[in-house]
Amino acid sequence: MARPGLIARFVGSRNGLGFLFMLPAAVFLLCFLTYPLGLGVWLGFTDTTIGRPGIFIGLENYIWLSDDPVFWLSVFNTLLYTTVASVLKFVLGLWLALILNERLPMKNLFRAIILLPWVVPTVLSALAFWWIYDSQFSIISWVLMKWGWIDAPINFLGDPGMARASVIAANVWRGIPFVAISLLAGLQTIPQSLNEAAALDGATSWQRFRRITLPLLTPIIAVVMTFSVLFTFTDFQLIYVLTRGGPVNATHLMATLSFQRAIPGGQLGEGAAIAVAMIPFLLAAILFSFFGLQRRKWQQGGGD
Amino acid sequence: MAPVKFQDVRKSFGSTEVLHGITVDIDEGQFVVLVGPSGCGKSTLLRMLAGLENITSGEIVIGDRVVNALPPKERDIAMVFQNYALYPHITVGENMGFSLSLKGVAKSEIEDRVRPAAEILGLSHLLDRYPRQLSGGQRQRVAMGRAIVRDPQVFLFDEPLSNLDAKLRVSMRTEIKNLHQRLATTTVYVTHDQIEAMTMADKIVVMHDGIVEQVGDPLELYDRPANLFVAGFIGSPAMNLLSGRMDPDDRSIFVTTGGLRLPVGDPGRAAPGRDLVYGVRPEGIHLGGDVPIRIEVVEPTGSETYVVGHLVESPVTCVFRDRIRQKPGEELMVSIDPATVHVFDADSGERLSS
Ligand SMILES: Nc1ncnc2c1ncn2[C@@H]1O[C@H](COP(=O)(O)OP(=O)(O)OP(=O)(O)O)[C@@H](O)[C@H]1O
Ligand SMILES: [Mg+2]
Repeated sequence: MARPGLIARFVGSRNGLGFLFMLPAAVFLLCFLTYPLGLGVWLGFTDTTIGRPGIFIGLENYIWLSDDPVFWLSVFNTLLYTTVASVLKFVLGLWLALILNERLPMKNLFRAIILLPWVVPTVLSALAFWWIYDSQFSIISWVLMKWGWIDAPINFLGDPGMARASVIAANVWRGIPFVAISLLAGLQTIPQSLNEAAALDGATSWQRFRRITLPLLTPIIAVVMTFSVLFTFTDFQLIYVLTRGGPVNATHLMATLSFQRAIPGGQLGEGAAIAVAMIPFLLAAILFSFFGLQRRKWQQGGGD
Repeated sequence: MAPVKFQDVRKSFGSTEVLHGITVDIDEGQFVVLVGPSGCGKSTLLRMLAGLENITSGEIVIGDRVVNALPPKERDIAMVFQNYALYPHITVGENMGFSLSLKGVAKSEIEDRVRPAAEILGLSHLLDRYPRQLSGGQRQRVAMGRAIVRDPQVFLFDEPLSNLDAKLRVSMRTEIKNLHQRLATTTVYVTHDQIEAMTMADKIVVMHDGIVEQVGDPLELYDRPANLFVAGFIGSPAMNLLSGRMDPDDRSIFVTTGGLRLPVGDPGRAAPGRDLVYGVRPEGIHLGGDVPIRIEVVEPTGSETYVVGHLVESPVTCVFRDRIRQKPGEELMVSIDPATVHVFDADSGERLSS
């Protein structure tokens, strides 16, 4: 009997066939995902400006950035923005989800309303916030002045501290629906009888939350918060519409700074370097969630 | 351990009333089974006792306390759910000790109380496993263990055996009964399986469409069903029911609508001229006699033989200790033991025999 040819054997084997079927997807991934990413990374190692192809300059962009106080300010802003906004979104989102999980009249209507901030295009809601935060016509200032709590309009976007708080508030408003609805879906996977059993076992409602709901929800919290952190960390639209990074760079995030240096500023290489500098943070977040997401022991069936 | 009292308990969901005034007394240490067809309100009644559903009207008393307004955690009740409701994220041992750890009892003491309970239920080697890693029967036992560790006033079971296979169901039945004899805790057990009810109960409460049809010990229900519903529900195979009237001249003869004359031992308040129902259990029919049955199916089980056939126009089931040689389509001559006959009113369903 003749030995089958190499190709025939390759196609015949299980792994070989699998490889063949995966090939189109792999090529697709390579072309459309890796190429832009690779180009971005490459740009970070060049001194390209708009209208002039650059040459390879090694780590010069990064060395330069490490001495740039604005860059470090943007790193600080990004971390502050991400941390505070994510924590607020988590706490408020979980709280909303718990409320929506109770039996209440017109539950579906409330759920639909909650989704609104998420459905509206970011630019539109950012414009709305821009108007809400307007230094003269702000509705918030107007109401507070009517009530006599303040004398002059609040300068929401003009003062560095105030501006940071304002953009965080806008981001939280926009991000809550995602967290709340996802956690609500998670809550609904917890059988009602577990809560009833705990109630009979003598648990107070806080103990039920702490000892039953929260641990059973952690796998979903990990997924939801990973996504939430990634979205927040890479946020661009809100800031760009509301403040463009001002006042005095107080709200510049790494994403907005990168764009500003690269496109309006023309320094493509430097902008790309800033964007690349975001990657370690994002990787850290992904790794953190990867280990956080590992199936817990209690979720695994069979065996000891 | 405490007695339990339901006093004209009603329950409405929205505008529909599903329990129409339930009154039942349960003595201290008694094993009471609530039985009835699906949807009759057994679970609802049990959940009201546990405090998981509020009480629309009436009173529930545990011990000497009216518990209507008490939240579940203050009623000192343990419940075994149909789906077991084990906490999936903690081990078997932690599940069993959960109520103690909520109270802040020290770890070592929790272990001291979990161990004997696990011993009783044969769970000692499984204490470190998670619920997912157990079989259905083992989970069932853990759920019971969680209840035992509590040492509550009352145990509640809601169809705890319905997810188990037939063989395991029989052995768990014995196990639960043994456990009750050992702990002597007042127990309310819900099932729709009348065999479970008969074999386990000190007292059976038969429910139907939100009312109590009859309360009594198992043999009382079997021998003297208070109405047609209980007569048809308790006993397997079910009681044969034939409609007809009393012979106007002879109170010891019942005439079926097909014209067949059958003996009655105790006509009680049965009046001639009224539409009646004649009830006889399958084992009240004996081989040999003058009543012809046309055989349709013969089911030998070894020790007994079930015969399904027609008495003129009415379907009947008989159980004989003897083996039957006749084939389907042939006739079998039988007699009915008059002492085992029940007479019911056809309209009200009420028992007329004394
Ligand atoms: N939350 C509810 N809302 C409205 N109706 C309900 C609710 N729970 C139960 N019911 C109704 O109450 C009646 C009794 O229900 P229950 O669950 O007590 O029946 P059951 O006797 O336990 O039946 P099964 O043997 O099938 O468990 C049913 O008609 C059911 O439709
Ligand atoms: Mg039920």
